[in-house]
Amino acid sequence: MGLSRDDLVMRAGLVVLAGLLLLIVGLPLWALLAKGFEDGDGRYVGLANYVSYFSTPAMFNSALNSFHVAAVSTAIVVPVAFLYAYALTRAVLPARWLFQGISLIPIFAPSLLPGLALVYLFGNQGFFKVLLGGSSIYGFDGIVIAQVFYCFPHATMILVTALATADARLYEAADALGASKLRVFFTVTLPGAKYGLISAALVVFTLVITDFGIAKVIGGNFNVLATDVYKQVIGQQNFSMGAVVGMVLLAPAALAFVIDRMVQRKQVALLTSRAVPLIPRPKAGRDLFFTVFCSIIAAGILAILGMAIWGSLIKYWPYNLSLTLGNYYFANFDANGWDSYFNSLRMAAGAAIVGTAVMFVGAWLNEKTRGFGIVRGVVQLLAFLPMAVPGIVLGLGYIFFFNAPDNPLNFLYATMAILVINTVAHFYTVGHLTATTALKQIDPEFESVSASLKVPVWKTFGRVTAPICLPAILDIAIYLFVNAMTTVSSVIFLYASDTKLASVAAVNIEETGATAAAAALCVVIVITSAIVKTLHLLADRFLLGRLQAWRRR
Amino acid sequence: MTSYLEVRDLSKRFGDFTALGNISLDIAEGEFVCFLGPSGCGKTTLLRAIAGLDPQSSGTIRQKGRDVSALPPAQRDFGIVFQSYALFPNLTVTDNVGYGLVSRRQARGAIGARVTELLALVGLPDSGSKYPAQLSGGQQQRVALARALATSPGLLLLDEPLSALDARVRLRLRHEIKALQRTLGVTTIMVTHDQEEALTMADRIVVMNHGAIEQVGSPQDIYRGPATAFVADFVGSMNFLDGTLEAPDRVKVASLAFACPLQEGLAVGTKVRLSIRPEDVRVRDLPADVANRVAVEVTELDFVGAFCRATLGVGGAGDVTLVADFSSNLIRDLGVAIGSRLDVALPPDRVRVYAA
Repeated sequence: MGLSRDDLVMRAGLVVLAGLLLLIVGLPLWALLAKGFEDGDGRYVGLANYVSYFSTPAMFNSALNSFHVAAVSTAIVVPVAFLYAYALTRAVLPARWLFQGISLIPIFAPSLLPGLALVYLFGNQGFFKVLLGGSSIYGFDGIVIAQVFYCFPHATMILVTALATADARLYEAADALGASKLRVFFTVTLPGAKYGLISAALVVFTLVITDFGIAKVIGGNFNVLATDVYKQVIGQQNFSMGAVVGMVLLAPAALAFVIDRMVQRKQVALLTSRAVPLIPRPKAGRDLFFTVFCSIIAAGILAILGMAIWGSLIKYWPYNLSLTLGNYYFANFDANGWDSYFNSLRMAAGAAIVGTAVMFVGAWLNEKTRGFGIVRGVVQLLAFLPMAVPGIVLGLGYIFFFNAPDNPLNFLYATMAILVINTVAHFYTVGHLTATTALKQIDPEFESVSASLKVPVWKTFGRVTAPICLPAILDIAIYLFVNAMTTVSSVIFLYASDTKLASVAAVNIEETGATAAAAALCVVIVITSAIVKTLHLLADRFLLGRLQAWRRR
Repeated sequence: MTSYLEVRDLSKRFGDFTALGNISLDIAEGEFVCFLGPSGCGKTTLLRAIAGLDPQSSGTIRQKGRDVSALPPAQRDFGIVFQSYALFPNLTVTDNVGYGLVSRRQARGAIGARVTELLALVGLPDSGSKYPAQLSGGQQQRVALARALATSPGLLLLDEPLSALDARVRLRLRHEIKALQRTLGVTTIMVTHDQEEALTMADRIVVMNHGAIEQVGSPQDIYRGPATAFVADFVGSMNFLDGTLEAPDRVKVASLAFACPLQEGLAVGTKVRLSIRPEDVRVRDLPADVANRVAVEVTELDFVGAFCRATLGVGGAGDVTLVADFSSNLIRDLGVAIGSRLDVALPPDRVRVYAA
């Protein structure tokens, strides 16, 4: 096959992208894998570390604890999120947008936040400690409650999508055939949402098992895998054992990911372009029930957020409840003061700009390059890998890979750049998928047309493809920004004293016992993320409408 | 005939599946050729191979004497219109049509004049400032056509250009495209699965099935003398009666014998299919000694508008049925109704015989 200049440029771009992904995803994970087979001095010891891991009951117990917490959290979150999503899509709620907005709040918070709020409410000096009887919030119960808060929006978003794509004609057919409401639910609604439910369960399970912040704050003596990695690496400087725990943590996350991909592949066939969207009609009893239900859930979310905000404004919990802004003078609690917040802003902006560019151009190259199947396959695999890798595992891989003395990229270690790179790598999959989906939705023949008109393909990219995909590009940028603001797990191993991030500072402050200041920092993060997201929505609504007049008929 | 486009032994395989098998074809300069066939017959694959969009597995393509077989699309000389039109939604009609001109570094005034000329040519002189979403399907199709013609390509490729349009618009655009092609004299290949479209528009039709060419010929040749049973069935309607070749010019169907043109390629005794088009079945003014006379009974009568399609049970031949087109006049004059018994004839020169 003859290659044009377009083909050569795109293939070169694809090779560069594959190399980049190998560097920021593949090799760090390889370094982690290798580390598990070495002793403290770097000698190969075979499976010795794994043998000692599985023969130490205390360590192995953490794995069981992780599974236990993840299973229980999933069993609670998925049904609740299903009802909430059902209410949003199938019932007529007053102020539906408000309920939808409130359900998203936890996404803007570091996972630390619900943990801190629970400490205020049920901790040793908590308001409602008496309600717990003799038991303590620190441990299993606390982790589960905080995880439910933290995972709720993720499950709800997936289930809203699953339920919103229903075909109204199926319901009309079932009605016409005289099926009872219950039968319609079990034969039409539930099967339609089946893949969404499986997907939501797997996502929640993975989030819980890989989350670090919640277990750190409210876990007490209840050890889980994610905190074990941290303890081995930061506490005991035992990198080999940290790598082993990381691999144990990687296994369930990767398995859940593989199952999810298999399920997703099946789902595609179910959706047809001819489906008629289902628009719920008012029905008093049902609507009242769901309004009450959603109000209770929304109140719970607001209570946790409100508790964190209130706690951050209080002088000395619980003895002096007068209000103060003192907890926001972070210099009193952490050497970096407000600098860590500005570091976070810089890091998030950097990740959003660099990451969006790489992800979108990369997805475009991967979709549009003719032939070159093997390299495209490699890119696809490396782009999907980060989704299956817990942040704390990726962060650990970065230490081993970038901090190795013989790595020419060693100079990146302990810089702002490595935090940006790590964040882009950590959240690569979702950005890549968003871009790919957007690209698949536009006419596949644009490149053929421009080739026939002798217009270079990158010109069509700049003049047509990228402008059409602007909404998706913004989505990716905002997603990266918000996640960069809130992430703790991956970057906790990678910051230097002058590049400490707000989310990490919150963990450190909390470790010193200054719960109020930690909460204050979390609140600052929530407000920042929420403002950015609101600006995004406003831009989407007003700015894009003006820039993209061509969308109007 | 000197050929403008020369396709030789072209094959395209996807793993074990052969999408195109050893296709050879010549197209003359200025010709309008249709690739016609059912979905999956390889017609679009052949078009995309000619464009270089999906290169062939083996074989050669020469355009105007130049071997283009291994060239990428950008180095070939063609304009293309897709079923989806593939108009750039964020550019105005003017920018869409001028898209290929801008990159040729022509003076802005020249580009503007060319775009105006093209929009007038496709009958959209005032739509230059609109966006594609503001146009109807038919108008979008014309813009796509203008864009493809803007750079004056030597070859125009149309991939099912009309199939996304409603029937009325489709009819009008058929004529417009054909007239435009005749005016410009541009060599054109159109892919379609609509036999009526192919018959009305093409100078020559290439009928394809299962990745191979079944027949190449003018619309009249294809309709009057289908080379294979597949072509006979796919183009127009056709009666097929299963029988045996009793003599080189006689076919036996059940207990009836029909005269047919002399069959040289088929041995006596082979199983054959006797075919005749519904409009070729004669009813009126049958001479007493007419060949192939059969007594029939009208079992169904479907009103189609200008005529009625009658289903006829052939007497004395078990469950053999024939379909014939009866004009409204004929039905009135002869008082044809369901249950009517009448005699029809199958003129031997209109009968064709295919191996079963």
